[in-house]
Amino acid sequence: MQANCPECEAEITLDKPMRGEIIVCPDCGAELEVTSENPLALDLAPQEEEDWGE
Amino acid sequence: MKLGILYSRVRAEEKLLFEALDARGVAYDKIDDREVIFDLHNPGAWREYGVVLERCINHSRALNALKILNDWRVPTVNTAYVASVCGDKLATSTALVHHGVPTTRVQVAFTPESAIKAIEELGYPVILKPAVGSWGRLLSKVNDREAAEAILEHKETLGSYHHSIFYIQEYIKKPGRDIRAFVIGDETVGAIYRASEHWITNTARGGQATGCPVTPELDRICVAAAKAVGGGIVGVDLLEDPARGLLVNEVNYTIEFRNSITTTGVDIPQRILDYVLAVARGEIKVI
Repeated sequence: MQANCPECEAEITLDKPMRGEIIVCPDCGAELEVTSENPLALDLAPQEEEDWGE
Repeated sequence: MKLGILYSRVRAEEKLLFEALDARGVAYDKIDDREVIFDLHNPGAWREYGVVLERCINHSRALNALKILNDWRVPTVNTAYVASVCGDKLATSTALVHHGVPTTRVQVAFTPESAIKAIEELGYPVILKPAVGSWGRLLSKVNDREAAEAILEHKETLGSYHHSIFYIQEYIKKPGRDIRAFVIGDETVGAIYRASEHWITNTARGGQATGCPVTPELDRICVAAAKAVGGGIVGVDLLEDPARGLLVNEVNYTIEFRNSITTTGVDIPQRILDYVLAVARGEIKVI
């Protein structure tokens, strides 16, 4: 599966993407979220909020 | 017997749990907390769940979802009560003190003026931290009065009202590491040391994980801490005080464990599922 990084347009290939999965763009390092598996779609992952954590 | 996994995003932990469930052939629903809608008068299909495992990244979403589900008599791991205690460091500390679990000295005050008195009574350095927070965010090691006055003013001025509940903790001279122990039910299944030159040792901040032996003493304190906050599956953080030994620092109720499987030698996702499925079968009562 292929898609472009929304931040730097790099081509990203994932073999078994899972919706909601978080990946890091190998080119620009942006945190991305898989928003659709087939076709593969990537979006910038949400930013850390005040009550995030364990 | 339906199983639901309530989550915010699929992290390494969620992937490990999904893979473990698939390998066991256990059916489960993936429930994204960005899509749930709770109609309070109509639980509907929610009532079909034998258990919902909570894996939210937001404490506020976890706490409220668990409260709604538990009020509908839907068993969850962990429960809303555990989330309400563990999600708030002040509530955790009062629970630990109330149950006689060894923990750090904590003073609480509501104004900068009273907070300064409390700080000076504890003595510098002292630790200030928000009651709700994780991953080492907004922790302050306050070494003198000038810094204390500045930080208290900033917290009062810049933060929401939560930040004016001043949680003032004694500074523990720990040996360059802390301990994270994993308690499932009534057993400390494993523990790691988190080492760092910085006084904040969270792995989220670069702390390095290595295996830590679960001694009878560590097991006893951690199980007592877990019981004090309502039990279930929790991550207990401890500090080694030179004079008093093991002190519980805080307890976490949505544990991260990706770095802790090889270091502890314990298949934590499997142990989590053993417990969760036992809850679903009614063998373990949580609400």
